[in-house]
Amino acid sequence: MRNWFKGGEPWIWVTGGAVALCLVAVYAVVWMTAARGLGHWWPAQLVETTVKETDGRVTRLIGEVRDEEEVAVRRLRESGYEIKTDDTYTTRILFKQGNRDVYGVDFRWIPTPLLAEFKYPRDLIAVERHEWGYFFGHLKSVKESGQVVAEGDAAWPEVQKRLKRANDLFDQILSIEKHDIGKVNYQLERLRLKQRKLELKGELTEAVRAQIDAERKTYDEQFAKLQTRLDELRTQNQRDSLTAEVQNGQIIELPFAKIADIIKPNDMNVAQKTAHYFGKLYEFIVDDPREANTEGGIFPAIFGTVMMVLLMSAMVTPLGIMAAVYMREYAKQGPLIRVIRISVNNLAGVPSIVYGVFGLGFFVYFLGGNIDALFFPEAHPAPVFGSPGILWSALTLALLTLPVVIVATEEGLSRVPRSIREGSLALGATKAETLWKTVLPMASPAMMTGLILAIARAAGEVAPLMLVGVVKLAPSLPLDGNFPFLHLERKFMHLGFHIYDVGFQSPNVEAARPLVYATSLLLVIIIVVLNLFAIRLRNRLREKMRGLEGV
Amino acid sequence: MNDVNRRTHAMNIGDLGRTQMEAPEEIAIRVENVDLYYGETKALKNISMSIPKHRVTAFIGPSGCGKSTLLRCFNRMNDLVDICRVEGRILLDEKNIYDRDVNVALLRRRVGMVFQKPNPFPKSIYENVAYGLRIMGINNRSTLDDAVEKALRGAALWDEVKDRLQDSGMSLSGGQQQRLVIARAIALEPEVLLLDEPASALDPISTAKIEELMNEIKDKYTIVIVTHNMQQAARVSDYTAFMYLGELIEIGPTDDLFVTPKFKQTEDYITGRFG
Repeated sequence: MRNWFKGGEPWIWVTGGAVALCLVAVYAVVWMTAARGLGHWWPAQLVETTVKETDGRVTRLIGEVRDEEEVAVRRLRESGYEIKTDDTYTTRILFKQGNRDVYGVDFRWIPTPLLAEFKYPRDLIAVERHEWGYFFGHLKSVKESGQVVAEGDAAWPEVQKRLKRANDLFDQILSIEKHDIGKVNYQLERLRLKQRKLELKGELTEAVRAQIDAERKTYDEQFAKLQTRLDELRTQNQRDSLTAEVQNGQIIELPFAKIADIIKPNDMNVAQKTAHYFGKLYEFIVDDPREANTEGGIFPAIFGTVMMVLLMSAMVTPLGIMAAVYMREYAKQGPLIRVIRISVNNLAGVPSIVYGVFGLGFFVYFLGGNIDALFFPEAHPAPVFGSPGILWSALTLALLTLPVVIVATEEGLSRVPRSIREGSLALGATKAETLWKTVLPMASPAMMTGLILAIARAAGEVAPLMLVGVVKLAPSLPLDGNFPFLHLERKFMHLGFHIYDVGFQSPNVEAARPLVYATSLLLVIIIVVLNLFAIRLRNRLREKMRGLEGV
Repeated sequence: MNDVNRRTHAMNIGDLGRTQMEAPEEIAIRVENVDLYYGETKALKNISMSIPKHRVTAFIGPSGCGKSTLLRCFNRMNDLVDICRVEGRILLDEKNIYDRDVNVALLRRRVGMVFQKPNPFPKSIYENVAYGLRIMGINNRSTLDDAVEKALRGAALWDEVKDRLQDSGMSLSGGQQQRLVIARAIALEPEVLLLDEPASALDPISTAKIEELMNEIKDKYTIVIVTHNMQQAARVSDYTAFMYLGELIEIGPTDDLFVTPKFKQTEDYITGRFG
């Protein structure tokens, strides 16, 4: 036993165990988010059953079983349920009954003993609506302009046909609202600012005013035309509707204009379900959010996250590298530089929210406010750069990650052997030439390491962003087709904040929970992808500098 | 033996040994009363000597005697050490290289240097050799091609690498790397080539090649070599300087110094009694 200890064997086990624990933790994170998040879009079977309510009535239920958990019988009895069992524990299920507009709540916990047998009628439809969440019921009929055109079994093919038409119309409406009208609005605002600017300068002559007015008129006309077209499309879209019977026996009429998708989950085979699943997953990634972010996609958040990280990288890399080069190559290595180095290292330990407060105070209010006063007086009192935006967020995070880049770059510079520098100097290169042609290229993998760490830290940061630019719902992306294309002053959406918002600020927590996991998974994936790009780049650089260790 | 005498011997190498047989040597570098301090420590003590042109001069002496330090004065490599201070004059073509108006980069082009351990850049063989030329602003492809080939031939490396000029300089063997850095230095056609123990990290075969190479190129360059290896000094050099504790003990034609050393320390060292 003594020898076993002396031989170092236990150390191998302890250290190996630590590695195993780390691996388990990492896989648990990915596995749990994947398991809880990715199941969300799989079409669940629709259950039809009855429940004995607390007042003794028996009511019908239609919906999905979303969760099941063990619960003490005593607790259920205390809340008024009449449960006939001698066991201490029983189970209850989380039932998604949908139809929030009809019943008020769309999720409820029901003790299993009160439920009758589950039935899965094949004609049950699950309707995904543009608002009010899901709708479950028995399809009854399809109407066109109020007249029934199909009933019973004939209704389903008719539904699919008309849904296609309604969705096409909906897409057209959305496209006009978002792009065409958005563009006209942007131009009108631009004109307003132009006029105001000239007014402030006192250069607004009659000729210019007439020109601006003429321009404005053409845009107004365009706007009116688009508005007419929209009204037309909307009326057309109001034509069709369907009726369905919900769990309490009411017949509800749903206009197709409000419907995003309809499926009959109990009538789908695995292939159909798979196709549906991937369709929904795709929508999740490329669509805009709906319903207070609890439905639809998260594309703006993905876009915002990636763009913010790229902006941040573009700012932090040159700044960090230059600072490191000065500290390592030019500055006299004395007590002062040591103090600076320690300060920089400590900067990495400052809580991120502090950077957020600093960003808000310095970048947004001070810098942004002054920029507005100097360059955008025409927009007053509306702020341009004087309010939180993606530029300030990227800058704040650049500041946050600066120490990482500086430290990594310094490390890389210090690892470039003296012999290589001397070799270059001995060939008549100046210090600057040596730096540019030899030292910096050789330190570039280390700089990439710094950038990788910076990205990893920045992409996951939420707290400071809440102060300097992230919003729950951004009306437009920071990059679009309107000149100058990159709108750095705009607010943006971020996956990290989205997770917080959906999970904790959402009016419908049960509906949002799977999205929290799915979004988390996506955030992890995006960070990994960004990092993989940087790592690939680093490996390429390393390959170029191969054999360096042999020097 | 007193200091004055010793210095007289050191200064007049032209008078030493070959006086009857050969004309006095042309002088490439003249060192006059050089003292060198590392902070408070005096590392070189009142060194005066002359390095003859187009000859191989070897510096020998025990570790820490200052021979590398002296060598590094010739291309002002010691400037890189903050605490290092040089007094006295080192004349290259009668111009003191420690004068204020001397452009150090230009000086180093005229005085090339090869270090103890091969230090090729992590670039291709071609770019390693072209490095100094590119620094000079020469980017014309054909000029570079010619210069690279000439330098590699001059360093007796051309035949081994001509088919893989784009391979990394790091992929060569130690001996090849050392010849590559010699090629890199002679690509600039310097007047003086300083070799700081160039073979100490190499195997005997590579060492032999380097020594052979020195023999071939000494017509064109003034070579100063620092070596630990007395046999090597005897084999390759025309003149040898023996240094001890920061002082130049004696300098003279290699044959004379090894056969009839004038000083006790020199004799002790070359016969292996210390060092």
